[in-house]
Amino acid sequence: MVENRPFLTFLAHAILILGVVVIAFPVYVTFVASTLRLEEIMQAPMPLLPGDQLLENYSQVLTAGSTKGSRAAVGAMLVNSTIMALAIAIGKIAISIISAFAIVYFRFPLRMTFFWMIFITLMLPVEVRIIPTFQVIADLGMLNSYAGLTVPLIASATATFLFRQFFMTVPDELAEAARVDGAGPMRFFLDVLLPLSKTSIAALFVIQFIYGWNQYLWPLLITTDESMYTTVIGIKRMIVGSDAANEWNLIMATAMLAMLPPALVVILMQKWFVKGLVETEK
Amino acid sequence: MEKRVVYRSAWLPYALVAPQLAITLVFFFWPASQAIWFSFQLQDAFGQSSSFVGLQNFVALFKDPNYRDSFTVTAVFSVLVAGIGIALSLLLAVMADRVVRGSFAYRTLLIWPYAVAAAVAGVLYAFLFAPSIGIVTYVLKGWFGMDWNWVLKGDQAMALVVIAAVWNHISYNFLFFLAGLQSIPRSLIEAAAIDGAGPTRRFWSIVFPLLSPTAFFLLVVNVVYAFFGTFGIIDATTQGGPATSTQILVYKVYHDGVKAADLGGSSAQSVVLMAVVIALTVVQFRYIERKVNY
Amino acid sequence: MRIKLLAAALAGVGLFSGPARAQVEIQWWHSMGGALGEALNEVANAYNASQKEVKVVTSFKGTYPESMTAAIAAFRAGNPPHLLQVFEVGTATMMAAKGAVKPVYQLMRETKQPFDAKSYLPAVTGYYTDTKGNMLSFPFNSSTVMFYINKDAFKKAGLDPEKAPRTWREVQAAADKLKAAGQQCVYTTSWPSWKHVENFSAWHNLPIGTKENGFGGMDSRFTINSPQHVKHIEMLAEMAKKGQFTYAGRTNQGDAKFSSGECAMFTGSTGAQAGIRRAAKFEWSINFIPHHDDIKGAPQNSIIGGASLWVMTSKERKPAEYAAVAKFFSYLSQADVQMAWHTKTGYVPITQAAYDMTKKSGFYDKDPGAELAVKQLTHKAPTANSKGLRFGNFVQGRTVIEEELEAVFSGKKTAKQGLDDAVRRADEILVQFEKANK
Repeated sequence: MVENRPFLTFLAHAILILGVVVIAFPVYVTFVASTLRLEEIMQAPMPLLPGDQLLENYSQVLTAGSTKGSRAAVGAMLVNSTIMALAIAIGKIAISIISAFAIVYFRFPLRMTFFWMIFITLMLPVEVRIIPTFQVIADLGMLNSYAGLTVPLIASATATFLFRQFFMTVPDELAEAARVDGAGPMRFFLDVLLPLSKTSIAALFVIQFIYGWNQYLWPLLITTDESMYTTVIGIKRMIVGSDAANEWNLIMATAMLAMLPPALVVILMQKWFVKGLVETEK
Repeated sequence: MEKRVVYRSAWLPYALVAPQLAITLVFFFWPASQAIWFSFQLQDAFGQSSSFVGLQNFVALFKDPNYRDSFTVTAVFSVLVAGIGIALSLLLAVMADRVVRGSFAYRTLLIWPYAVAAAVAGVLYAFLFAPSIGIVTYVLKGWFGMDWNWVLKGDQAMALVVIAAVWNHISYNFLFFLAGLQSIPRSLIEAAAIDGAGPTRRFWSIVFPLLSPTAFFLLVVNVVYAFFGTFGIIDATTQGGPATSTQILVYKVYHDGVKAADLGGSSAQSVVLMAVVIALTVVQFRYIERKVNY
Repeated sequence: MRIKLLAAALAGVGLFSGPARAQVEIQWWHSMGGALGEALNEVANAYNASQKEVKVVTSFKGTYPESMTAAIAAFRAGNPPHLLQVFEVGTATMMAAKGAVKPVYQLMRETKQPFDAKSYLPAVTGYYTDTKGNMLSFPFNSSTVMFYINKDAFKKAGLDPEKAPRTWREVQAAADKLKAAGQQCVYTTSWPSWKHVENFSAWHNLPIGTKENGFGGMDSRFTINSPQHVKHIEMLAEMAKKGQFTYAGRTNQGDAKFSSGECAMFTGSTGAQAGIRRAAKFEWSINFIPHHDDIKGAPQNSIIGGASLWVMTSKERKPAEYAAVAKFFSYLSQADVQMAWHTKTGYVPITQAAYDMTKKSGFYDKDPGAELAVKQLTHKAPTANSKGLRFGNFVQGRTVIEEELEAVFSGKKTAKQGLDDAVRRADEILVQFEKANK
């Protein structure tokens, strides 16, 4: 600390605490609502202390969904979300690391063309080309399948860049030594590069897991079968229209379940997350 | 920068880039070209007949005052989301950088909104601000006598989606500012302190200029986020309404294409949006790297 | 409920079935949330339990436009549901989609299921038949808009709870008193365009569009910016300004505002009764919708809303699946099934037999409100202005009208401006539809 100004330090703490409280408030209300009876929520203002329906509400949504809107069980949705998030994270990392390896360590015709082709995908967010992409999935018969949920989202320019940046910083001597030892490119990749990339992989994993878990528009369009809903879609399907007719206690319980896994990943893997975020995007 | 050591193989590099390229071609280039193709067509909802109509979809689009409104709405929304989001997160980051004790705890408590899906954030805020049962509505109506009904009032609907979007994205901004602040050499600040510069003066004359590249980067990222990343928030709360006061461009693409089954018009909008994204990306890469380099 | 579900599940697994015969599964996509969704599931479960050949699988696909969108997308992808519940405004779009749907009259003929279109109430079938009188979709949940009042609130404001306002003049007078008595929300509505534009027109015998509201051809254009329309919307905007009209949203959001006791007067679907009956902790009554006594010929008759079931086609669909759908339709046509649905939900009975049966059962003596909908629909013999509407892509057209209404109610536009813009924009959609479906 440059100097000691107790008032400023106090002010800093005050602002931070206020920030934390304001930011946490919506989630606190969500949690409280998920432990109440529907009637208690409907009597505005709803209580701000947790009720006694925690087990009832959560077991209801996990096994049977809502009673008014979608009746799909949230338990199955959590499984779908997990599969989707893992497949996207692992898939992205796998295909990006090998393409970055090819682009950095090989000279071959069309290398730069490929590089730009991957780069340009940055400019085509899924929201923009939503209908034709849907059509492609439909033509390939991939609606309502895990492949349809994940494969189109696996291509990643950012991950490819990150690995490319990282490989550029790997000393050339390592590759030279490997070559002297008579190791081929794949041996070098597996034995030297991959272990060195552990940090980047972990960082990317966190970011991409969250990205996959939180997908909304894509699963909304391509899952028409309740058994393929992800948790985020499940919430949307429980909202049946008017604000007072919804089973908010169950919707909020589902919202808690939808937030918990990615929030845990962020908090428990905070070190990797921060590193991954700040580095991938720069 | 090129590697000194390179491998040569007639097939291996192709095999290595093949998965990435295949996905890119099938799920990016093919649909994007389809979007361009559809934008010159008129199709019925069920896709059973279609005819080439040239630039008609684009002409109709730009003649439509609602589409032009949608640009204004998007601009207002992005400016608010980026402006408020950056200001608040900068404040929090500066404070978090200042405190010694508890800094890690604060960071932990401030970063988790990043993990909340936009659509879930939308549902949370729709619940808090629900016109008849929302707890915040209750306070606004009961304590401040405000006539809170974002289902009808455009400005309130806009306020609602901005608040939800800022909340959802604040951790991201916060972390970048914090990283930026922590990379500023302590010696610089100490030197200024010895020269007698107070904390406010130090912030504006040293810290803020050094943070400007981060701030600019965040500006672009926030604009891109407001353009595309907020779809879930809008869909879970206002769905573009009331009237069209929160109908941002990307929501209109979805609404016209998916809900109104106007494939040609929606594809034309996709093409326009692609142009916007390309412009934003070029700005992000060119301007950031060249101009704001300290 | 539990037991029925269990029975249906067991029947589904085949525990109850004797000789092994392949069960045909029919997908039914619908938009019935809340109490209505429960009633719909009961219908399907009861049918599944009643026989072994066909199993109806229901799934809730969100709001009406959302279900329709999902089905269109699914059709383009080659796997549409067998049955799709389409709301009335989607009718013209479905009708134009010739290769995507199988008209009901054709289905019933092909599968040789007994079917008599004449047994349905004309006010209902008019909406879903082609110009030759062939029934294209299967009427399921037909409703109309009704006027509900909270009797307790009326009593509190010193109004006679047995005398619901009959004209808008009386509504405004009641609104003043309710407001003065401290009523937070005086009047609200669900489905603003359906109530205040479409049904307003029919009830006052005014055209919604040229060419008999679109029945006469695809080149119909909207006429909802007439002086009478403008005056009506102006009145609502004025009420909104005075805090006597609370806008609730574009779909059925008004229902809950009434059933929770927040709003004292409400216009909404007959289908809202199911929810109100369950949630309302006050006395209420159902009435004819108010009219303007200075418009000649009013009140005429109201038009239906709600939805019908469309049979969707697909290349892979087998004759057995169509036969299963036809069998299910025959089941749905039975008077007792109809009556159960009608009395449980408040939707109008759609066959004469069901109406007579309900009458005989004495249901209307206990609940006279339930019969009012039929009476309102058949108040006078329908004119060209009041037999319904058929506009291409009216899903989008209605959204445009609703957007403009919102602009008026929030004070951004005058009623005249808003309705003029609505006509201009909605006409563009009609032009586009005409071109795409030539």
